[in-house]
Amino acid sequence: MIEIRWDWIAAHLDDVAEKTVQHLQLLLIPMVVGFVIAFALAVLALRRPGTVGPVTAVTGLLYTIPSLAAFAVLIPITGLSLMTAIIPLATYTLLILYVNTVAGLRSVPPEVNEAADAMGYTATSRLLHVQLPLAVPLIMAGVRVAAVTTIGLVTVAAIIGGNRFGGLGQFITEGLRTDFDTKIYLGAVGSVILAFLVDGFLVGVQRFLTPWTRARAGGR
Amino acid sequence: MEQLIAFFADAANWQSETGIPNRLIEHITISLLAVLTASAIALPLGFYIGHTGRLQLLGINIANIGRAVPSYAVMVMLLPVMLGLAPVLGYDPRLGLRFFPIFLAMVLLAIPPILVATYAGLQSVDRELTESSRGMGLTERQILVQVELPLALPVLIGGFRVALLQVIATATIGAYLGGGGLGRYIIDGIARRDDGMLYAGVVLVAVLAIGTDVVLSWLQRRLTPRGVRIATDPGVTSASSIDGAEPHLV
Repeated sequence: MIEIRWDWIAAHLDDVAEKTVQHLQLLLIPMVVGFVIAFALAVLALRRPGTVGPVTAVTGLLYTIPSLAAFAVLIPITGLSLMTAIIPLATYTLLILYVNTVAGLRSVPPEVNEAADAMGYTATSRLLHVQLPLAVPLIMAGVRVAAVTTIGLVTVAAIIGGNRFGGLGQFITEGLRTDFDTKIYLGAVGSVILAFLVDGFLVGVQRFLTPWTRARAGGR
Repeated sequence: MEQLIAFFADAANWQSETGIPNRLIEHITISLLAVLTASAIALPLGFYIGHTGRLQLLGINIANIGRAVPSYAVMVMLLPVMLGLAPVLGYDPRLGLRFFPIFLAMVLLAIPPILVATYAGLQSVDRELTESSRGMGLTERQILVQVELPLALPVLIGGFRVALLQVIATATIGAYLGGGGLGRYIIDGIARRDDGMLYAGVVLVAVLAIGTDVVLSWLQRRLTPRGVRIATDPGVTSASSIDGAEPHLV
């Protein structure tokens, strides 16, 4: 019924590798941009709690816009350059990263902050050395959701990306155009596998960043 | 901008099958149908898990898989299946080819948020409340309908809100596979290099999504029992969206 041409895949592994690398590139750049913005806004939220409402509302509004519309909106401006994909992808990460970073930074008990103040930490070093490490579990939860979501969205970006961008999603568009099932499945299954791998990797990163949670759970 | 205004001003774009009203109706119809179909599956299962506390692992797994598998991937994978099944089942492959892969992907996508919101909502109900209801002689069905459901309603509506937004976004992508709806303007606008049509599609889709979001968040607030509204901090809804019915993009 559906014939997967494994030999075709085997003969095009370099193409698979190239598109996987682009997929990861389109994951990494928007995530870094999104995180820097979200983190800055979250730090602002600590100083001025009044900003949380408006920022959540605006990022939530942007998050609501269907992905195809968001990718299409920039075509007349940025054409088919990578920016057409990067800008909406970064925008979509904002809500999740912001909400989770704010929740993470706020989860630090007041006693801990007071102790840090009493020990002579400056506001900045308290943020970096006390609050941030303790916020890691919630921040990483947000990073994981944002990463998995972004990987799926890169695939959708291929619809408008032509042969320029879209990572593994390009296999899907090519497969649909040429009626070649192997390519369709390669792109679809490939991006799902990539999402699981990246998620697993991020779980590892989180364990590495928060060794104390392991020590606490070590008793079981 | 002028092109966009010209598109909306053109009377031809308000008539016939390809006109704005019909595309909007197509988009809304398939979205509502998908959410209704998903509810028929997710609500009973969610009630069962939430009320009895059984099968929780199944619920969590469905939610996780739903989050990792994007609807676009599901849609394109169903397309060859539909084509392949055509000779076996003996139907014209062109018949449901446009509709079914898109619709099925939308249904599968809408199940996890509704399921998770249903059982998370029911589980958030204080156990002391259900136990005292039981002590007052309410039947299990009465506890579910009269105590747990009203208290879980805001969370439940939140699940529908997420499901509906995802489904609207997926219907837009469906235009790429030849489906109808507002996504047609985006796909056709790109193909014809007609920026007015493309922008009209973007604006209409965005307005539909944001409008849906506004209506459902209003409903969510409206249907929150007064006692709960007073008792809960406004920040709680956003916190529960982190661990409960997480937003998920398509």
